[in-house]
Amino acid sequence: MKHLAYLAAFLPTMALAQTDPADWDAVTAAAQGQTVYWNAWGGSTTTNDFIAWVGDRVAEDYGVTLEHVKLTDTADAVTRVLAEKQAGENDDGAIDMIWINGANFAAMKEQDLLFGPFAEQLPNWAFVDVDGKTVQTDFTVPVEGYEAPWAMAQVVFIHDTADLAEPLGDMVQILNWAQANPGRFTYPQPPDFLGTTFLKQALVDLLDDPAALAEPATDANYDLVTAPLWAFLDELTPALWREGRAYPATGPAQLQLIADGEVDLAISFSPGEATAAIANNQLPDTVRTFVLDGGTIGNASFVAVPYNSGSTEGAMVVANFLMSPEAQARAQDPNILGYGTVLNMDALSAEDRAAFDALELGIATLSPAELGAVQAEPHPSWMTRIADDWIERYGVAQ
Amino acid sequence: MKTRFLPILPLVTLAVMLGPVLAGLWGTVLPAFGHLPAAGEVGPSLAPVQALFDWPGLPRAVALSVMTGIGATVIALVIVAPLTAGWSGTRSFRALERALSPLLSVPHAAAAFGLAFLIAPSGWVARLVSPGLTGWDRPPDLLIVQDQWGLAMMAGLVVKEVPFLLLMTLSALGQTDAIRAQAVSAALGYGRVTGWLKTVFPRVYAQIRLPVYVVLAYAMSVVDVAVILGPNTPPPLSVQIVKWMSEPDLAMRLQAAAAALLQLALVLAALVVWRLGEGIVARLGKRWIASGGRGRVDRPVAMAALALGTTSALAVLLGLAVLAVWSFAGFWGFPDALPDTATLKNWMRHGPSALSAFTETALIALTVTLIALVLTLGCLEAEYRHNLRVSQRGMWLLYLPLLIPQTAFLPGLQSLLLSVGADVGIWPVMAAHLVFVLPYVFLSLADPFRAWDARVGTVATALGASPDGVLWRVRLPMLLRPILTATAVGIAVSVGQYLPTLLIGGGRVSTLTTEAVALASGGDRRAIGVYGLLQTGAALLPFAIALAVPALMWRNRKGLRHA
Repeated sequence: MKHLAYLAAFLPTMALAQTDPADWDAVTAAAQGQTVYWNAWGGSTTTNDFIAWVGDRVAEDYGVTLEHVKLTDTADAVTRVLAEKQAGENDDGAIDMIWINGANFAAMKEQDLLFGPFAEQLPNWAFVDVDGKTVQTDFTVPVEGYEAPWAMAQVVFIHDTADLAEPLGDMVQILNWAQANPGRFTYPQPPDFLGTTFLKQALVDLLDDPAALAEPATDANYDLVTAPLWAFLDELTPALWREGRAYPATGPAQLQLIADGEVDLAISFSPGEATAAIANNQLPDTVRTFVLDGGTIGNASFVAVPYNSGSTEGAMVVANFLMSPEAQARAQDPNILGYGTVLNMDALSAEDRAAFDALELGIATLSPAELGAVQAEPHPSWMTRIADDWIERYGVAQ
Repeated sequence: MKTRFLPILPLVTLAVMLGPVLAGLWGTVLPAFGHLPAAGEVGPSLAPVQALFDWPGLPRAVALSVMTGIGATVIALVIVAPLTAGWSGTRSFRALERALSPLLSVPHAAAAFGLAFLIAPSGWVARLVSPGLTGWDRPPDLLIVQDQWGLAMMAGLVVKEVPFLLLMTLSALGQTDAIRAQAVSAALGYGRVTGWLKTVFPRVYAQIRLPVYVVLAYAMSVVDVAVILGPNTPPPLSVQIVKWMSEPDLAMRLQAAAAALLQLALVLAALVVWRLGEGIVARLGKRWIASGGRGRVDRPVAMAALALGTTSALAVLLGLAVLAVWSFAGFWGFPDALPDTATLKNWMRHGPSALSAFTETALIALTVTLIALVLTLGCLEAEYRHNLRVSQRGMWLLYLPLLIPQTAFLPGLQSLLLSVGADVGIWPVMAAHLVFVLPYVFLSLADPFRAWDARVGTVATALGASPDGVLWRVRLPMLLRPILTATAVGIAVSVGQYLPTLLIGGGRVSTLTTEAVALASGGDRRAIGVYGLLQTGAALLPFAIALAVPALMWRNRKGLRHA
C-alpha cells in the first residue's frame, strides 16, 4: 500500500489510487466531498426512506453525498460494472456501492469486479457478531472482506388472520391450505429474489436432508435433488392466485395484494416488514407472521464497492456508518425498516445496547426466540438453475 | 453569419434527429450478428439469432406485440372515425375537444397506472359497487390486469391513442372541405355517419395516415405501458428486450440485439400489412359507397362511438382521480369505496425525492424543448426565406424516429455510447429525448407557421423592417400561441419518455417517469399516486400556461386572440 501512495504522489493521473482501508483518518479525509452512487433495489419505499436518512447522516458527519440509484434488479448494477470494465472505464465508474448478496456477489467476486478487502478493517467491524451471524459467508461463498454486512434477513410468512387464523407448519400444509383455498396465495415471480427465495425455502423444507444444497449443484444430482420441488409446484400452481397465470412482480407487490384482500398469505424476507407495513397503512392490522416448524432460510445483506469506483473512501464511510449502532438500531426499528441487526449486543456500550432494548418489536414481529432455527442458504448455483428452470416451466409458456 | 447559417439548419436538424436513430440501429445490427467487442464477442455469427429462436417464450411474446399493437390501433381508429362522423360540430363534441389537450398530455405511464387501479378486481370500480351490487367482500380471482391476451394493455394504449388520433383527425378536417361534403351528402339523404365515412373519411385518412402508422409502431413496441398493464408470463417482446439488456451476462445483449432486430422487422411487416389492408378496405369501401346505402344504423353507431369515446376519456380522468385518492390514502382495504383516513404522510414521505426527480425532469424537458423550438423555427424560417419546401418524402423523414421502434435502436445506441466511452449522464439523455421531441414540435408548429399571412410581412418590410426584424418583431409575436402550444407538446413528450431515459441515462438520470415505472414493480400505490400526479402535472402545466399567457398578453389585442 505504501507503494501505491508513493506512486500516487508522483503520478497525478493516478490520483484515484485508493486509500488504505485500515488508515481510517485518511479514509474520512479523502471521503470529504465525495459523491457515492449507491445502487440499491428501489422497490420498497421504506428502504428508500432509510437510505435517504443514511444520506443525510453521512453528509452531516463526513461531508459525503449519497445518491440512491434505484434498481429494479441488482443484476443491472453487475451488468453495468462488467460493461464498464470491458469498455476500459477503470477509474470512475457509474457505481460506487451496491446492495448485494448471493449470486450477484459470487459473480462479481469471481470476475474480480470488487474493491477490497475492506470490510474487516472498518472501525465498526468490531461490533459485528462474527460468531453468531452468517456475515463471513454469503450463500456459502466466503466473503473475505469484499463486502460489508448491514442487515440480517430471515424468511417469515405474512398471513392475514382475518382469513387464515393459524400458522402453517410446513410446505405440505401450505400446499393443502392453498388447495382448500384456491386463489388465495401467490409468490413473487422468479427471478425476483424473493420469488427464488420461496422456491429455495420450499426445496429446503421438502428435502429430508438438505445437505446436498451446501455444495454446488452438479448435472449428476440436480434433477434428483430438485424433483420434490417440481412435484410440489405442479400441484401448487393451479391453486395459486390467478391460477399461476400472473404473479406479483416483487415482495411489496404481494403486500398490496394482501391489503386488497386478494391473497391471505405471502412470503417475506424481513421479520419486521409486516409491522412496518401496518405502520405505513400498507397492510391491515390483522396481519401476523409465522415461521415453519423446521425453521426458515436466513442470510445477510451486504454492501460491496466495485473495483472501478472513483469514491471508494466515501463508499467505505457509508459502509462503516451502516454498521454503526445508530444506523443498526434505526434499521431494526419496526416502524422504520424492521431489519435484523448484524451487531453483537455484548460488544456494544451500555448506552448503545439500551437503544436496541428500547425498541418495541411491534405487533406482527416474532421475537428472536420465536424466529427459531435459521437454515443455511443453498449454494448460489442452485438458485440460478432453479430460477432458469422455473421460468421455462411456469414463466413463459402458460 | 445568420444568413449563412440559416440554409444549412434543416440539414443540422435532420442530423440531430436521425443521427442517433441510424447510429443506434448500427449498434443493434452488429451485436445481433454476434459482434460486440466489449463483451469479447467478434462476429459475424448467427448464434444470437439462434439463441433468440431457442427462447421458449418467443412465439407468445411476438404474438402479444403484434396483437396488442394492431388491436389498439384498429380500436382507436374505429372509435375516432364514427365519433368525428357522428358528432363533430355538436356540443358534446366540443366538450370532448376541450378535454383533448389535457388527455393528450397525461403521460402514458400515469394513464396506465390509473387504469390499472380502476379495473383490477380490487380496483376502484369494483370497490364502488361492492359489496352492494356484487356481493363481493373479497375481490374475485379474475385475471384482468396483466392478462395473457394483453387486453388490459390494449385498453391502456387505446385510451391514450384515441385523443391523439382525434386531434390529428380534427386538424385534417380543415383541409378536407368536410362541411360542404357533409352538406351535399345530407342533401342526398345520407345519414350523418354514413355520409361522413363515404365522403370525408377517405380524404381525412390520407392526411392522418402517418400518425396512424406512428400509433401502430408505438403500440407494438411500447415498454412502460406493457410493464404496468401487460402480461409477464412471458411479457411482450419489447419488455423482454429491455430485460435482456439488463442481464448481468453481457452475452445476453447479443440476444437482446437480435430480438430488437426482430422487433424492427415485425413493425415494418405490420406497416406493410397495414398498407395492404388499406387497399383492401378502400376497395370494399368503394363497393360500399357504390351500393348507395344511406345508413340505417347511423344513430346506434354514433351513440356507441360517443359512449366509447367518453368512456376512454373518463378512464383517463377517473384514473387520475384514483391516483390522487391513493396519494392521500391511509389504510384502504377492499371493498371500501374510500380510504379509512386521508393523510398527508405519503406526500411528506415521497415529496422530497419526487421533487428532485421533478427538477431533473423539468431541466431535461425545458432544455430539449428549447433546442427543438430553435431548430424548428430555424427550419421553417429557412423554408420561408429560401423557398425550401418540405416534400412528402421530407415528411417521412420527420416521422422516421417515430416509426422505428424505440426498442430497436436505443439498446444499440447505449452500447455504442458505452463503447466510445461517452459518460452516462444528462447530456446523452437530452440528445435521445430530442430525437422524439423534435418531430412533435415540428409537426405542431409547421402548419400555423406556414399559415401565417405573409402580407403582414410585406407590409413590415415596406415599412423598413429587415427579414430578421420581421421574424422577431412581427411573426414570432403573432405566432405566440402556437409556439407556446408546441412548447407544451415538446415538454409533454419529453416528460413521458421512459426508455431513452432509462437506457441512455444508465440509472443515474432519474425522471418522474423512470421513478414511477420503477415503483410499479413495488406496487406501493401511495408512492405511485404521488409520482403519477406529479408526472401528469409536469406535462399538464405547460398546456395551461400556453392557454393563459396569450390571453393575458393579448387582452387588448382582440384580433390576435384566435391567431
